[in-house]
Amino acid sequence: MAERNSWSLSGALRGMFAKKTIDDETWDDLETALITGDFGIDVTDQIVGDLRTKVSRYNTTDPKDLQRMLRETLEERFSKLDPTLKLTERPAVVLVVGVNGVGKTTTIGKFAKFLGNYNRTVVVGAADTFRAAAVEQVATWAERAGAHIVRPQQEGQDPASVAFQTVEYAKRNNIEIAIIDTAGRLQTKGGLMDELTKIRRVIEKQAPVAEVLLVLDATTGQNGLLQAEAFIEHAGVTGLVLTKLDGSAKAGFVLAVQERTGIPIKLIGQGEGINDLTGFTPHVFVQNLIG
Amino acid sequence: MATFGNLSDRLADTFRNLRTKGKLSPADVDGTVREIRRALLDADVALDVVKDFTGKVRERALGDEVNKALNPAQQVVQIVNEELIAILGGEARRINFAKKAPTVIMLAGLQGAGKTTLAGKLAKWLAKDNHTPLLVAADLQRPNAVQQLQVVGGQAGVAVYAPEPGNGVGNPVKVAKDSIKWAIDKQYDVVIVDTAGRLGVDADMMKQAADIRKAVDPDEVLFVIDAMIGQDAVATAKAFQAGVDFTGVVLTKLDGDARGGAALSVASVTGRPIIFASTGESLDDFEPFYPDRMASRILDLGDILTLIEQAQGAFDEEEAKKVAEKFRTDSFTLEDFLGQMQQLRGAGSLKKMIGMLPGAGAMREQLDNFDEREIVRTEAIIQSMTKAERQNPKLLNGSRRVRIARGSGMTVTDVNQLVQRFEQAAKMMKTVARGGVPQIPGMGPIPGAGFAGRGKVQPKKKGSKSGNPAKRAVENAALASGEKLPGAAGAGSGGGSGFGLGSGSGAGADAGAAGGPSEKELESLQKFLRR
Ligand SMILES: Nc1nc2c(ncn2[C@@H]2O[C@H](COP(=O)(O)OP(=O)(O)OP(=O)(O)O)[C@@H](O)[C@H]2O)c(=O)[nH]1
Ligand SMILES: [Mg+2]
Repeated sequence: MAERNSWSLSGALRGMFAKKTIDDETWDDLETALITGDFGIDVTDQIVGDLRTKVSRYNTTDPKDLQRMLRETLEERFSKLDPTLKLTERPAVVLVVGVNGVGKTTTIGKFAKFLGNYNRTVVVGAADTFRAAAVEQVATWAERAGAHIVRPQQEGQDPASVAFQTVEYAKRNNIEIAIIDTAGRLQTKGGLMDELTKIRRVIEKQAPVAEVLLVLDATTGQNGLLQAEAFIEHAGVTGLVLTKLDGSAKAGFVLAVQERTGIPIKLIGQGEGINDLTGFTPHVFVQNLIG
Repeated sequence: MATFGNLSDRLADTFRNLRTKGKLSPADVDGTVREIRRALLDADVALDVVKDFTGKVRERALGDEVNKALNPAQQVVQIVNEELIAILGGEARRINFAKKAPTVIMLAGLQGAGKTTLAGKLAKWLAKDNHTPLLVAADLQRPNAVQQLQVVGGQAGVAVYAPEPGNGVGNPVKVAKDSIKWAIDKQYDVVIVDTAGRLGVDADMMKQAADIRKAVDPDEVLFVIDAMIGQDAVATAKAFQAGVDFTGVVLTKLDGDARGGAALSVASVTGRPIIFASTGESLDDFEPFYPDRMASRILDLGDILTLIEQAQGAFDEEEAKKVAEKFRTDSFTLEDFLGQMQQLRGAGSLKKMIGMLPGAGAMREQLDNFDEREIVRTEAIIQSMTKAERQNPKLLNGSRRVRIARGSGMTVTDVNQLVQRFEQAAKMMKTVARGGVPQIPGMGPIPGAGFAGRGKVQPKKKGSKSGNPAKRAVENAALASGEKLPGAAGAGSGGGSGFGLGSGSGAGADAGAAGGPSEKELESLQKFLRR
């Protein structure tokens, strides 16, 4: 990943924290920073209100105190859930879902590599049988990551059956982790969402699903919430993956997603390289955000 | 979900409150402007754009340019609508073709925005218009992007120039440059250059995009942006404007439920027109972007003009007039009904068309549950009838119905329901076609209908709308013949469950009780149609 700092809110916040005392402008700047960071108007109002109370309670006028309180508030809110992946089953089946183009397939490549680094054996199931060249794309990633791959036997094969065969393959070959790619789908498409439910059900005939990871693109705005709610309802999401954090988007919407849905962020993607994936650490995340 | 409904829903809510009040006071204006601000932010309109926008609306709403013909609520709607259109660009713009072929179109945008799919759609659309487009695979970055473009090109039936394998191998600037010579040699008249997704903050990649631009000297550079993008739309759009200086914008994934925000932000911040809208995964889900329609869509008036245009692709005017005449004279048969349905299917997704009707915002859930297979089943039933039966449903006695059910693989109940609903709708259409407002008693939901949508029963919603194609036929017929049929307009947005959506979701109940469109729906629609 290239050296960049544009992800942080610091640009928007710098002026504010450079001042001598907290005044009306400070609060305006804070509100602006949070809104432009995609936290959403509700969360922004909450945070600003919360900090106003704290500032008056501690009777401070120093923007440095406000900065610290902001960091604490965000860190506390981001730390409420447990971000660890649960991959203890054998095989541990991981289903990866999300809307079109958010980075599912890329994440799978990186994740397979990530697991390989811990000496786990991985098979990837190419269950996006819909999008042009999606199978080839995920196969390229599997190869780069040194993972096995299960492809559809014919074009346009039912994705659930590819998922089934992937899990079957993992069991037969004693592979520890099976990761299943799915086609991107907008959460408003009832039929396609039902298809996910079916994929899940079919997998469960073989083995319990260890994780259902919903991939969210950091550039998304408030629609991310609607995405999360729909995918949770139809696919039983257990963790969030936030991608494209190497760009200029701040992804503030994920706070509302975590809080409203109770589903934790588990992985962070920040680049197109195979190593650009990390676990989610609230402290680091907030540090990057606030600068 | 009220807090996170989309822009249409939020503004509709705001105006609903306003409509119930008599006069517009400064406090009302402030309250409304606050609501609009919230709604726009929830819809991901960039903060600066929101400030600008609400400032203008407020100023005008309090100003003295009062239109006495409108009530206060209508005035605010009008102001908001005009300001939205002003930002979105006023008029639809078309592609600028080169004087001397080939016309070169370069695509640029963030990763995952939908460039490759769009390249295919654009090519197919141009090919339909007797152009000979060439797709150029200059995304050599993303794994198997070249192959994806080749597959898409095959689906679109157009040529693809892909001299390099990609996956990090090959020089995209060279490929782009060479493609122009290739196009001239082989006489392709439009070149569409697909490029790798890149971040606005990635200086190297932005430079590469600028180099590609220099190499091909495009007539259009289209910035492709995902309709779901949040506040970052502004930073990204500015970066691409500075980096490659695009000439137009394409908004993708508009078939989802996040639609307003990015359009407003990008158009406002860059001053570049939005030219196309991408609305689905199939290569035909592509249309020119109409700023005024987008504005009315944001206002939840529905994209009725697009709807009409699309429907007319299948229903030519002649046909529409004939259908309206049949309604008027009570000679509309099951056979006509089947013919209509088949034509509608040819026009593309029925669901999408229904989605563009006014008020569709309030019925999104029912729409999602609507099963297009219903049409197939209806078709099966009608096709199992004899010609005589289709023309005169009165012939359908018990034994004939049993035969039809068996022939179509449906139950007798299914057949009964179809006939019943056909008769009700035909009656309603007659009223509408004669200029009346339909009053259909007992048009409640049809229990246990075999045409139900996907399983799940949705909570009732007020004022749900029928997706009845027959009703739209009348509407279109009226419009096509230049007639003003207030009832017809209303029928498009209200009425009973007819043949459409209602059965599975219990949605027909409210509409049935009301017996027709609400005054409000009629009013907004009529106003819209008269513009
Ligand atoms: N900069 C950046 N780009 C990313 C990241 N993750 C994915 N991408 C890019 O985003 C684009 C889409 O990624 P895919 O992995 O194909 O996304 P997908 O969700 O599988 O897409 P569909 O299967 O088409 O729905 C590609 O160009 C990826 O290289 C990331 O963390 N940072
Ligand atoms: Mg994919």
